[in-house]
Amino acid sequence: MTRPGRDEDPDRLYTVTRGRSRASSDAFDLVTLVVSESDATPGMQSEHSRILRMCQYPTAVVEVSAELKLPVTVVRILLSDLLDSGLITARHPQTAGSAAHLPDSNLLEQVLVGLRNL
Amino acid sequence: MDSATSDRPAHRTPLGRSADNGLKIVVVGGFGVGKTTMVRSVSDIRPLNTEEVMTRAGEQVDDVSAIQGKTSTTVAFDFGRITLNERTVLYLFGAPGQERFWFLWDRLFTGTLGAVVLVDTRRLADSWYAIDRLEHHGTPFIVARNDFGGPQHSAEQVRDALDLSEDVPMIDCDARSRPSSKNVLITLVEHLHALSTAQESAQ
Ligand SMILES: Nc1nc2c(ncn2[C@@H]2O[C@H](COP(=O)(O)OP(=O)(O)OP(=O)(O)O)[C@@H](O)[C@H]2O)c(=O)[nH]1
Ligand SMILES: [Mg+2]
Repeated sequence: MTRPGRDEDPDRLYTVTRGRSRASSDAFDLVTLVVSESDATPGMQSEHSRILRMCQYPTAVVEVSAELKLPVTVVRILLSDLLDSGLITARHPQTAGSAAHLPDSNLLEQVLVGLRNL
Repeated sequence: MDSATSDRPAHRTPLGRSADNGLKIVVVGGFGVGKTTMVRSVSDIRPLNTEEVMTRAGEQVDDVSAIQGKTSTTVAFDFGRITLNERTVLYLFGAPGQERFWFLWDRLFTGTLGAVVLVDTRRLADSWYAIDRLEHHGTPFIVARNDFGGPQHSAEQVRDALDLSEDVPMIDCDARSRPSSKNVLITLVEHLHALSTAQESAQ
């Protein structure tokens, strides 16, 4: 087993992103949930159509990356394309958890209930 | 080769349609301390792995041309998933603890609820760096002692060796056990809740 993307030919990554090097949006966290708003169409770039099929149900950016075996960086570029064309929507994390700011206690209580019910 | 993870799951188990809030918890620790085992014990799905490309400065690479050059480093990590309720999904990341990966953690820790530092009492020094970084970053954490059957140390000995402050919870666990790993997560979130409540009442 090889780690995804590890032995990836850099030229292939370049092709996948059609030479573009930057995601047009920084909006995608590792756990941003992506949802398809449209079906894949014939002639669409294969990575784009795979993402649209995969994200019929909410799917995190890291899951898309693991499934496509492409680095998160490359996946962010592909997702930006789809977001810009209105083919997906993105549900961003609502934690507001940062080093300086703890998540609010209500959210943590929900997490505790969920964990205790496991 | 890491047989504990699968990069090609036979079946993907989708989330419910109403899922809209992804949360993160990071499990850090030295080589072979049981990170992947713990993720697998509590995850709803088989752990998956992927990678991120980072520059040495800790910046996420947003330039594919950098992947082709030598200016970036690739870091693999694994993760699992726990559905908490109809809207909330917790992602659990297993992050390598070695010093050369600090740039990955800084990225992963942004927006995480908190961290579990997994330690093997036979190799406590392996976790010093992780604890340093967490303290520096201000990320709340707990310490979980994974029992590999080594010599028994008192909690106080371990705290001393880690120079751990009194208010950081420390518990014993067996990462192979689901109830034990679940208890580790609950201990972390209870700690976060106590910190959060204290902060809210101080405001
Ligand atoms: N005795 C004992 N063995 C354990 C425990 N947890 C994990 N192991 C074993 O330790 C070995 C390493 O566990 P992993 O989960 O792969 O460790 P890791 O931290 O993910 O390792 P790397 O990703 O390679 O750094 C495996 O063979 C596990 O079965 C534990 O609580 N007790
Ligand atoms: Mg591992």
